[in-house]
Amino acid sequence: MTQSTMPLSVPSGARDAVPAPASGYVALAGNPNSGKTTAFNAYTGARQHVGNYPGVTVERKEGTAHLDGKPVRLVDLPGAYSLTAYSEEELVVRRELTKAPPLAVINVVDAPALERNLFLTVQLLELGLPVVLALNMMDEARASGVHIDAALLSERLRSPVVETVARTGEGLDTALSAALALAREEKAAEPLLLSYGPDLDPVLGSLEKRIADAGLPGHGYPARWLALKLLEGDAAAWAEIRMANPDLTTRLKAEYDTVASHIRSTLHSSPEAVISDYRYGFVRGLLKDGVLRRESGRDRLALSDKLDRVLVNALFGPLIMLAVLYLVFQFTFVAGAWPQGWIEDFFAWLGDVVAVILPEGMARSLLVSGVIDGLGGVLSFVPLILILFLFIAFLEDSGYMARIAYMVDRIFRSFGLNGNSVMAYITAGGIAGGCAIPGAMATRTLRSHREKMATLLTLPYFSCGAKLPVFLLLAGVFFPENSAELMLLMVLAGWVFALIVARALRSTLFRGESTPFVMELPPYRLPTLRSLGVHCWERSWLYIKKAGTVLLAASILIWASMTFPTLDEERAAPLEAAVAAAEAQLAELAAASDGVSGDVFDEARVAAEASLAEASQVLAEESLRHSLAGRLGTALEPFTRPIGFDWRTNVALAGGIAAKEAIVSTLGTAYSLGDVDPEDAEPLAARLQADSSWSRATALSLMLFVLLYSPCFVALVVIKNEAGGWRWLVFSMLFNTALAYAVSAVAFNIGRVIWG
Amino acid sequence: MESHKGNGPVVGLRRMKPGQRGTVVAVNAEGELGRRIRDMGLLPGTDVEVVGRAPLRDPVALRLSGVTLALRNREADFIMVEVG
Repeated sequence: MTQSTMPLSVPSGARDAVPAPASGYVALAGNPNSGKTTAFNAYTGARQHVGNYPGVTVERKEGTAHLDGKPVRLVDLPGAYSLTAYSEEELVVRRELTKAPPLAVINVVDAPALERNLFLTVQLLELGLPVVLALNMMDEARASGVHIDAALLSERLRSPVVETVARTGEGLDTALSAALALAREEKAAEPLLLSYGPDLDPVLGSLEKRIADAGLPGHGYPARWLALKLLEGDAAAWAEIRMANPDLTTRLKAEYDTVASHIRSTLHSSPEAVISDYRYGFVRGLLKDGVLRRESGRDRLALSDKLDRVLVNALFGPLIMLAVLYLVFQFTFVAGAWPQGWIEDFFAWLGDVVAVILPEGMARSLLVSGVIDGLGGVLSFVPLILILFLFIAFLEDSGYMARIAYMVDRIFRSFGLNGNSVMAYITAGGIAGGCAIPGAMATRTLRSHREKMATLLTLPYFSCGAKLPVFLLLAGVFFPENSAELMLLMVLAGWVFALIVARALRSTLFRGESTPFVMELPPYRLPTLRSLGVHCWERSWLYIKKAGTVLLAASILIWASMTFPTLDEERAAPLEAAVAAAEAQLAELAAASDGVSGDVFDEARVAAEASLAEASQVLAEESLRHSLAGRLGTALEPFTRPIGFDWRTNVALAGGIAAKEAIVSTLGTAYSLGDVDPEDAEPLAARLQADSSWSRATALSLMLFVLLYSPCFVALVVIKNEAGGWRWLVFSMLFNTALAYAVSAVAFNIGRVIWG
Repeated sequence: MESHKGNGPVVGLRRMKPGQRGTVVAVNAEGELGRRIRDMGLLPGTDVEVVGRAPLRDPVALRLSGVTLALRNREADFIMVEVG
């Protein structure tokens, strides 16, 4: 229920269903790189809750700060340069501030770059919000000879101004108590009224009056602000008012068109350019007469400039970049392999323990093969994510990530991407052995939607670590002289397909001008341990929570499809009898050899063990073939014949959707070889070599298919989360599999022509 | 706005060399690009210095009022600078 008598500019409490907090909160707002998140971490410590804004992938961070023992709810708004609807982040900031206005805003600004930062401050004040200005990084400002007269600035802004150093916590309590004092004030904050010059002021007044007379915007923010947004040609604002009142919109549009054409003919400009000129004019006016003074000859960017002379140098820059990326990558996957191994070992041990405790049967099979293997699969990626994001956080917070994007942008632009895509690609397997899961999560740093989607949907084409055993096996068996070259070729093929498909996506599904690449190169800084820690923990926890739930269900589903329907009695009986007979023979031998040792017994035992293994493997193969997955594999044979795959390969590929690691082991089961260790696939290699249905053409076809087809389940879930919709999961599965099929068909037929 | 008309030659930002300084006199971009450029503080009256170029000569890095910005040559074409 909206109270119609509510004054428009009172920003107290929530009056709307959109992320409505139960009680009032204080918002942290500011430019990217202003130290806002550092301040948030310092305020809230580990008491944070990270979620997503509905419909977009921008994170919503909320936490609790304590001031004099009393809890205060804080929301860390995404970094924004302005309240225009340029990026998802800026749109989200605007939505939150207007739909569920905070009690007060702490506007964190980078003091040494005060001018640019105040551009946002002015817009917050125009919105009628109570704002406390936190002049952050005052230590850097002082050290580099930037003097700011906080008292005078506060007087001119008519808002409290507090000097802070978020890294050390200096001034943060003062800023928070100033914000709470503002929130407690009885009278509403007066929106800042700026003049936008003789051309716009009359129109602004007229639009404002029409909007207010129509009873809009109704809540949360002043009519003048909406009028201003309309004059800025803001698409989101126009859409909002059109929905609320189409007739009014037509009249407003007519007024807008008149003034826009007037400004175009007289000033060769546009209303929005005039508005930002006046806003900047106001900011410059604020800083005059001693508010901001820079000592000449001292520059806080001097050190960064020196570093940049080497780090983005035309020759050394790219070399250093390649070395850094390679080291990050190597360290992540080499050091990550240890804890990953421990987690896998733990779950294998757990599986064994459960297998001993529970009697043989469906419950045991479900718990061991479905639940425990599935959980182990999800959790084993956590160390990789933790380590990789530690590095990514370091590269980002230190300012080097922006330099990487700056250096490679020119190349990526040719494919409709931008420089920021590079980290996601490399992580996903741009260097062999990556993983699409952290790669997809790394696309969060891409600020523009189209480029982000093109990156996200193409990173499964890289040679992730789990595809490598398949490549190694097939290259080793069928191309023994050129296996190393072939491996390299697969890694390159990943790049080629990713870039080509990205290009194609950018000309079809995500068509549109490349998003302007206007990016800040922040000064180099040493990241704080706390921010690195918080960053890593957030990522890992999000992963565990989201992937864990869905993957567990998927893992059980796949287990079921490979188990049911079970072999019927008459077909299972002879196979089970053979297994039982072999077991009995082995037991007999063990009893007979009790206390006696001799070559005769050993030989007999070896033979018995072999026949037991063979019997159980035949049973496993038959069961698999009889199961839903096996039948599906068989049913698909007519379609996969043209690319060289029989039912066994089909089942293995289906298992590969659960986890690519499963391809080699499922192939092993299908060839009656028992569980094949993907790291040591010697018997399977021999079996494939001897099989007449396998050729070089088949091997090449399968390698390309594995490279390109549907991502594994965990990756699919992460892609769905990052892309913000189930349809992208479906798209990734179907489109990638179709692409893989087409490429494999070409490769298989060319291969048959060449190798016969 | 303090504009510096008629004091020096006006060139497109793309033509400026590393180390060269000047004052922005016009941003001829509209829509999303124009807004983005202005939001980052590049608008008439701003003093800028070209601090360098990426290894492939594009994008270009600029210094203005205490911050370093990178933008592509294609975007730099919209920005006219009066060089001192």
